[in-house]
Amino acid sequence: MPELVSELTTVPDRAEARPRAAKAPRRARRRGGWVAWLFAAPAIAAYALFVLVPMARTVQYSFYEWDGIGASPWVGLDNYVRVFTDPELSGTIVNAFELIVFFSGIPVLLGLAIAATIRRIATSRLAVVARTVLFIPQVVPLVAAGIAWSWLLSSDGLVNQLLAAIGLDGVTRAWLGDFATALPAVGVIGAWVLLGLCTLLLLSGMSKIDPALYEAARLDGAGTLREFFSITVPSLRQEIGVCVTVTVIAALASFDIIYIATQGGPGNTTMVPGLEIYYQAFVERQVGVASALAVVLVLLVLACVLPVQRLTREES
Amino acid sequence: MILGRREAWTGRVFLILLMLVTIVPFVSLLVTALHPSGTYPAGLEWPSEPRWDNFVTAFEAAHMGQLLTSSVLIVLGVVPVSLLLATMAGFAVGQLKMVGRRPVFLMFVLGLTLPHEGIVTPLYYQMRDMGLLNTRWAIILPLIGLFMPFGVFWMRAHFLSVPGELSEAAQIDGANTWQQFWRVQVPLAMPAISSLAILLFLWTWNQFLLAIVLVDDPAKRTMAGALGAFQGQWGTDIPLLCAGSLLVLTPTLVIFLIFQRRFVSALLQGSLKG
Repeated sequence: MPELVSELTTVPDRAEARPRAAKAPRRARRRGGWVAWLFAAPAIAAYALFVLVPMARTVQYSFYEWDGIGASPWVGLDNYVRVFTDPELSGTIVNAFELIVFFSGIPVLLGLAIAATIRRIATSRLAVVARTVLFIPQVVPLVAAGIAWSWLLSSDGLVNQLLAAIGLDGVTRAWLGDFATALPAVGVIGAWVLLGLCTLLLLSGMSKIDPALYEAARLDGAGTLREFFSITVPSLRQEIGVCVTVTVIAALASFDIIYIATQGGPGNTTMVPGLEIYYQAFVERQVGVASALAVVLVLLVLACVLPVQRLTREES
Repeated sequence: MILGRREAWTGRVFLILLMLVTIVPFVSLLVTALHPSGTYPAGLEWPSEPRWDNFVTAFEAAHMGQLLTSSVLIVLGVVPVSLLLATMAGFAVGQLKMVGRRPVFLMFVLGLTLPHEGIVTPLYYQMRDMGLLNTRWAIILPLIGLFMPFGVFWMRAHFLSVPGELSEAAQIDGANTWQQFWRVQVPLAMPAISSLAILLFLWTWNQFLLAIVLVDDPAKRTMAGALGAFQGQWGTDIPLLCAGSLLVLTPTLVIFLIFQRRFVSALLQGSLKG
């Protein structure tokens, strides 16, 4: 690679090169005019045809009542009114926000604590192995993770076995089948999927912090906690922002895990917008309602993600 | 010094605990998969007679050979085309400084956060009208579109870091824009392209929602989508279901372990950029 660069940048005859180089920007600008558009066109076309057009149609469908086959009368904002007033639909949004506590809260806070603890051994052999192991949940299909966890959390599963072993027989239950615990149980599965990613992201951010800062803090007599809050956390603003963004999207748009683990039940306790959209559109055949909920979901994700990006990226 | 050593030890303990928590679900899958088919084994208990033949049964019951072929076909349909389109567009936006690149780029960036559920309903009717429902194209084409925001974002970041003199030098040597792109820029972009390839492979292989909505026949889905159908069919036979899950997650796991370094850095950078 370096050879190629030097070959291209050492133009043999400078005297001859200069006048042409002076012309180059104008040519580049003209090229930038339409040749560049030719390069970008296929990507724009694919994006427009399979993302923008469907998105526009989602908005369009959301103003109609349609069963997917017959006539589709215009109903104005009725579908949106239903999304916010029908507890079955608005409840899914509440559930999604509760999932954020688990999908974002646990991985980011626990990830910070773990990363700060293992910072000093970040280059050891154990940590190298850990980098691989902690990524496995990101690599396997969420569906498989859902199946594995449904089994762990079942009434005869490992979780209950462990609880019984430490004398907590009283709390054992079918975690995913219980009205009170199903949503937190699903949240734990999500936290498991995202914890490794967040820990490693934060750890890689910590490795970029100047060690002199820590030394200075130690000399000033700062303890571990003080060090953590006045050096580590502020320096990781960007990484924390990334973790929050990724995990909030994963929570609000969750589908795979819940489809496999609970199908939204028991009752509607674990029903989330993604799964409700699927049911409304393909089981209930209420395409309009499904689309209105889809529009609300897309806007919710934007409303949560944009402020985080603003707050954490303003300096860069 | 003593403080440092104690910290190192707590660090090690934490790390090992965390790794255990990560691994346990898979161990539980394996142990359960080895119990006699149709039983309900309790927790982590090594069976008296491990039934390795459950994997064979699950392989046949899930038509795993067919599924592998199907997933490979879908990946081959999605990944190379997406890479080409994303690299070309990234080049146009990042290097050629295309007129109007700001709004175009913004349009792509907004797509980064779009949940698939937001467009899956119209996609169903669009694929039906195009006559592609229940074919692999119904998964391939939308995925190419859905990967454009991230792909263009990723490749633009690469092309912004390439000095503009490189293009100028190539122009002076008489290369037109296409030659410049193909002979100079693409070879230089290979590290960025291959990391992107890894991420797109992973996201295609594990794609679930589009697969279950747009394709009815599990044999034409992705691996993950087919596992959903397998659960529906064999959900009551726990050992068989666990064996099937392990078989489905093995290919990604193997590829991950082979390319682990690339994977880890691609995933870390991928989420940092995304």
